[in-house]
Amino acid sequence: MSYLKPLFRHPKLPKNKLGYTQKEYEGSLSTLCAGCGHDSISAAIVQACFEMSVEPHKVAKISGIGCSSKTPTYFLGNSHGFNSVHGRMPSVATGASMANKDMVYFGVSGDGDSASIGMGQFVHVIRRNLNMVYIVMNNGCYGLTKGQDSATADQGSRSKAGSVNPFQAIDLASLAIELGATFVAQSFSGDKQQLVPLIKAAMHHKGFAFLNVISPCVTFNNNPGSTKSYDYVREHIEATSTLDFVPEMPEIKTNYEKGKSTRVAMHDGTLIQLNKLATDWNPEDRVSVANALQHARTKNEILTGLLYVNTEWKDLHGTLSTCSTPLNKLKETDLCPGTEVLKEINAGYR
Amino acid sequence: MTKTVNDFIIRFANVNGTGSASANYLFAKAIFRMGIPVTPKNIFPSNIQGLPTWYEVRVSEKGYLGRREGIDILVSVNPQSMAQDIKSVKPGGYFMYDSTKKLPTPYFREDIHYLGVPMMEMSNEAFSDPRKRQLLKNIIYVGALAKLLNMDYSEIEKLVGEQFEGKKQLIDANIQALKLGMDYVEANFDYPLSFHLERRNLIKDKILVDGNTACGLGAVYGGATVMAWYPITPSTSVAEAFEHYCEAYRTDPETGEKKFAIIQAEDELAAMGMVIGANWNGARGFTATSGPGVSLMNEFLGLAYFAEVPAVLVDVQRTGPSTGMPTRTQQSDILLAAYASHGDTKHVLVFPATPHECFEMTAESFDLAERLQTPIMVMTDLDLGMNDHISEPFHWDQKRKYDRGKVLNAEELEHIGRFGRYLDVDGDGIPYRTYPGTHPTKGSFFTRGTSRDEYAAYTEDGAAYKRNMDRLMVKWETAKKVVPKAHLYQKENKSEIGILFYGTSTFSAEEAKDILEENGIIVDAIRIRAFPFGEEVVQFIHSHSTVFVIEQNRDAQLRSMMIMELETNPAKLIPVLNYDGMPITADAIKNQILKHLNLENTQHHELSKTAL
Repeated sequence: MSYLKPLFRHPKLPKNKLGYTQKEYEGSLSTLCAGCGHDSISAAIVQACFEMSVEPHKVAKISGIGCSSKTPTYFLGNSHGFNSVHGRMPSVATGASMANKDMVYFGVSGDGDSASIGMGQFVHVIRRNLNMVYIVMNNGCYGLTKGQDSATADQGSRSKAGSVNPFQAIDLASLAIELGATFVAQSFSGDKQQLVPLIKAAMHHKGFAFLNVISPCVTFNNNPGSTKSYDYVREHIEATSTLDFVPEMPEIKTNYEKGKSTRVAMHDGTLIQLNKLATDWNPEDRVSVANALQHARTKNEILTGLLYVNTEWKDLHGTLSTCSTPLNKLKETDLCPGTEVLKEINAGYR
Repeated sequence: MTKTVNDFIIRFANVNGTGSASANYLFAKAIFRMGIPVTPKNIFPSNIQGLPTWYEVRVSEKGYLGRREGIDILVSVNPQSMAQDIKSVKPGGYFMYDSTKKLPTPYFREDIHYLGVPMMEMSNEAFSDPRKRQLLKNIIYVGALAKLLNMDYSEIEKLVGEQFEGKKQLIDANIQALKLGMDYVEANFDYPLSFHLERRNLIKDKILVDGNTACGLGAVYGGATVMAWYPITPSTSVAEAFEHYCEAYRTDPETGEKKFAIIQAEDELAAMGMVIGANWNGARGFTATSGPGVSLMNEFLGLAYFAEVPAVLVDVQRTGPSTGMPTRTQQSDILLAAYASHGDTKHVLVFPATPHECFEMTAESFDLAERLQTPIMVMTDLDLGMNDHISEPFHWDQKRKYDRGKVLNAEELEHIGRFGRYLDVDGDGIPYRTYPGTHPTKGSFFTRGTSRDEYAAYTEDGAAYKRNMDRLMVKWETAKKVVPKAHLYQKENKSEIGILFYGTSTFSAEEAKDILEENGIIVDAIRIRAFPFGEEVVQFIHSHSTVFVIEQNRDAQLRSMMIMELETNPAKLIPVLNYDGMPITADAIKNQILKHLNLENTQHHELSKTAL
């Protein structure tokens, strides 16, 4: 277990706009290994939701199977959660979203859950631009079954047992961009400064928001020779930008050099301010992002930050033209055409 | 020659993709409009264009809607299958063919009548457009049949008018083609034939529709809002019907906003996942599939059973295993569906037999799924789903309310103590659930496929796991009381022998019952409409010494379930089976029953001899 959570809370804990303290956003005690990257991501989700004053019950957490998929129990205890079957979180999230468009959907998955058994569903949920936050807690290995290589393990990466992975890695961020994901970010579980605003921006994005978070497995993949260890990631990380999530529209005050700051307006009027560090990269241009990722890979760098965003494309509800009332709120009078109509239908079959 | 009125079988031999379907449908519908019971069946290949396809129409004054062996009239417009088609005609029957080309000598049989109509030649002379020539050739044979069988021409003309409403040119061309066929018969043959039609008033307010349309419409009336599916024969038209009626009745004409969401999923696994996600979140969601899809959905069905999430699945069964014969019918997913998924699982099944029941049971399945918080599978099949059937009209009580089951709202959560998602408060095995988003601090819970306690907290405590599994069996007992009851054909038993059947075996079983009776063998009958079996089924089995279980699969699947679930002596349940992909016939049922009864007699005889 990672840590023991004290039941006691300081009475003067800060409250958010809804009057909740961070406590209302926490979950049960984590049963993951001490130092697991996943727990840091859970903590970042708690902080992001608290700071954004999201009503906890207006969030649904859905996951597949694996260490990462256990985490929804460890954050947002006042939200409904659904630990479904291996690799099938996207379909459950799709059905849930169709039922009620007025909630925030957090999909939590791992590299085994998304890049192997669930690759088909990962690909198709992107295609449909489902309005959800999709977090992959990516540690390059199967933790719950004791450390086998996953499909995101880099070629040449050495496991704890000493074997070298002979296969090429699937780069989920590149793949998501290629498939037309409308929000793609990459981060590191150890970088809360970057992760929290990314989660906030992802929640505001109306469409599919993908976060690929490198999250070292302390037990099975944190050894020398692994490319998903804390040490390796820290040494090879390359931020594309620093990012601020701006909840309202303030006057633009920037200290950054002209031409290096980009603002992206979200559907709900909020803004993302990106202060670019990489000059050859434009977050609204898929080709530029794809190139930047390829270049980084050849240099063994892990590009982080908000890599790509597109606010133009319709999400799935938009594509299907569903009504503004959530489908699960509709009653008989909305749904059943009634006896008289049925008489006409019967007449048509005579 | 003896005359046979309103009792014959006609088979059309066509090439698929040549527009024969609408001509054949026109023929069948005209007979329906003449007030005469009619059963059309498509026998088609797993192919889009160029292979043989047949359309068989049974006309039965007595109202028998099952398939019968023996073809009285064969209309041949497909040279590919001609040799086989000629062989299939009953002695004394008729073979109508396109005499544009001379019939090869080996195709002549002494014991049947030949009716050569130069369909292609007439069509080529009358029409210039090649596509029209091909399509209207089919209408020419309808015209010829109209004369030969004494059909009511005004009904055909009316149907053509309805089909091509507002398209005068097409109506005129079709009428012209009909007349060509009629005139040719008038000039060349004696008519009507010994098999022919006479107007009756036997249809009353019944409708002619396929089961898949009825399931799709039933889902609209039942309040389904989310449909996820993956294309598979023979279930695809369920999704199409649902979409058609939703577009018509659930779309705002001004804004175009829709009160439904239909997703064509990437596979059946995803389709079932979406259905579960939607139901978990308080919407009525369903899918339609066939056997291979149910195989893929197994893992999710187990999750829905264990995590207690409602779901509705329409299984339009086809001939398995594996890809099997995708365009042929069978009742062979029964065991797969009843015990889908690993671990101890049992699922509720309903068995519609008519389009009326397809509509009713699909709608009711949403109530059952939410009442019982478990998947409900509607077990229909290709024969019922894709063929038109005469049926009682669809019925909906204007006052009917959806039964949304045990769901707590925010106010109720305020007033109860600690909420236990898997706590059996009422003693019926059904716990209370909440929808996501109900209350800021109360009623949230974690849904999972792993074991948990009454408060939905993860646990590996064997006692808690067992308590939960036992509660699911309490719920199973509750299910027995709420699922559709079996239909009994008699108030009091009249015989030691019973016959038992379900779904599309019904029509032929009813006919077989009458035939047996004519032969002096009285049998009692029961039609199963759901699994788990209710008390009335147990009573029926216990009160008969022999029960023939009629079904359309090799392994007598429902019989196995009766042995397992009712602890019945297997020796008293005699399987009566058909599994060649064609709908079961009354003759097949009658023959198997007679064979068994005779064998029994012989055995008794032999035994008594030995005893002496």
